[in-house]
Amino acid sequence: MRPVYMISGGITKFKKAEPRKSFRVMVKESFDYAMRDVPKLRRDMIDGSVVSYFSDHFTRQLMAGIMATDFLGLCPKPNKRVEGGGATGGLCFQAAWEAVASGRMEVCAAYGFETMSHVNTWKGNEFIALASDTNFDYPVGGFYSGYYAMMAVRHMYEFGTTVEQLAMVSVKNHKNALHNSWAQKHLDLTIEDVRHSPMVAYPLTLLDICTMSDGAACCILASEKAAEKVCSNPVKVIGIGTGTDTMRMADRPHGKVILLKHEDPSWYRDLKYPGVHSFRAGRMATKLAYQHAGIENPLEDLDFVELHDAYTSSEIQTYEDMGLCRYGEGGKFIESGAPELKGKIPVNPSGGLIACGHPVGATGLMQAVFAFWQLQGAVAKHNHNDGTIQLRPKKKSRPMRGAIHSHAGTGTYVTVSILESAN
Amino acid sequence: MPTPKKTEAGYESKALKPQWEKLKLPETDQGSVVFSTDPLIIKSHYEIDYLHSYAEDSPFFVGLSQGQLRGSECRRCHYKYATPRAYCMECGNKTKWIELPLEGRVHSWTTCYFGSEAFLKETPFNLVLVEFAGIDTLLLSRIIGVTQEELRVGMKIRAQFRRNSRFDPTDVYFVPAEPVVPRTGAA
Repeated sequence: MRPVYMISGGITKFKKAEPRKSFRVMVKESFDYAMRDVPKLRRDMIDGSVVSYFSDHFTRQLMAGIMATDFLGLCPKPNKRVEGGGATGGLCFQAAWEAVASGRMEVCAAYGFETMSHVNTWKGNEFIALASDTNFDYPVGGFYSGYYAMMAVRHMYEFGTTVEQLAMVSVKNHKNALHNSWAQKHLDLTIEDVRHSPMVAYPLTLLDICTMSDGAACCILASEKAAEKVCSNPVKVIGIGTGTDTMRMADRPHGKVILLKHEDPSWYRDLKYPGVHSFRAGRMATKLAYQHAGIENPLEDLDFVELHDAYTSSEIQTYEDMGLCRYGEGGKFIESGAPELKGKIPVNPSGGLIACGHPVGATGLMQAVFAFWQLQGAVAKHNHNDGTIQLRPKKKSRPMRGAIHSHAGTGTYVTVSILESAN
Repeated sequence: MPTPKKTEAGYESKALKPQWEKLKLPETDQGSVVFSTDPLIIKSHYEIDYLHSYAEDSPFFVGLSQGQLRGSECRRCHYKYATPRAYCMECGNKTKWIELPLEGRVHSWTTCYFGSEAFLKETPFNLVLVEFAGIDTLLLSRIIGVTQEELRVGMKIRAQFRRNSRFDPTDVYFVPAEPVVPRTGAA
């Protein structure tokens, strides 16, 4: 495999509803934004593309991927659709990486979208719940917030995690988004605000859960040779990891923890894993990405993380999967302030899904774009000159690094990719 | 109507136009429900009935109609599943059907105050993941007769069955099998 660089990214501003633009126009806008950022890159230098959207039900247009592709003028070059629930965008990013790493393409564009406003919220929840076993799970009361709520309850039971700790994640991410003009929501919240908002599925309130959105995002990946030609400030993709787990939460085993390099088996002697309290796919994706990137201790070797916080509880669970703290200590980790903007390892400096929105097929690519701007030191440039959420490298001894984490239905597909500043 | 006279140049009639000028779609009273004209947003209906086969899972649903809870056991590694599956996820071998106990415990739970459109009218409802002694995996179900304030991990619960089966997984549901008291902890 040869080195792969991200040379540009673009997003549309995610909205609750964008009825004036079809998915093709949204993808085109994100693509044009990315193309404008690398003026030396001509469209004919792009060898092919990967497109992602989650649900044919939302789109009500099969093969929507090719419609986005012909809109960008990328026909007749190679293209395919990648789909894996909430991790669709993350998988799309990795598919583009594969195309370049393998030598099949010098430049590959990855773009994704979702148009979730075309049905009402409760119908939307039904569509999303169809991504659970339709024989055994969906008919019982198919509702993803309910599924994640049961995981949160078990996490609370196993480890003593509190509802206030969950709320702290929402407060933190919304605060970061106050300085992200791309975010769908700009809210200055308190723990009380989160707890007093309507209960959706105990213990998760409306402010513990991300909203549905319309939007698109685009990343352009290139080989070293192609990146050098068109981009003075590329970002290197140094690690790729993907994990999976059973569709049915009820099937998750109760075995042994998959250990990261810095972990000791004695920490988890009595922990039955993953059960429904942890995401084994998240741990597997992390382990593979860290191995690939040579990361031995994420707290030391990473400068920030953009992770999939569709639910506040899943951010806490993911701190643990990614080894930012031990299993069971996610609640204390948010309480310690470590994942805050000025903390030891900022998590979701962009505001995450909870504040930025979650147009599923675009989300994982949005995370890549935010991470890319962080690593280029270009946040202010893309954010009306507001650089409040721009992070600085933690260490002089190594380049600045960030991890992006994309996650599907109760942890069925998870991707982790590690990006590094190349300058 | 008088029959038009035919000449060498064609029919002489003024009353009849050539056939192609008369082509016209029949008018109907069908139209669109319009929400907005800028941009134009219309209502677009979609509905479908599937012939859904439970296929290899069929005996589970037939079992529910007979008051039985059926799970799976791997023929090779003997991993036992509370939610049946035809092949073992641990070793890939074929499974056989086993009968599950009708009493279990709450492994985790939630109370849903909102839901998918299909279940919105049933809110609030409780979901539980049920654990059974000696069985390696769980079963997703509903529990009635207990509130959010009373549900707790570890609660003893018992399966009950609908008398008139729907042949879906809600034919079984759970009820408390011990006195219900307010929960002390958060979970």
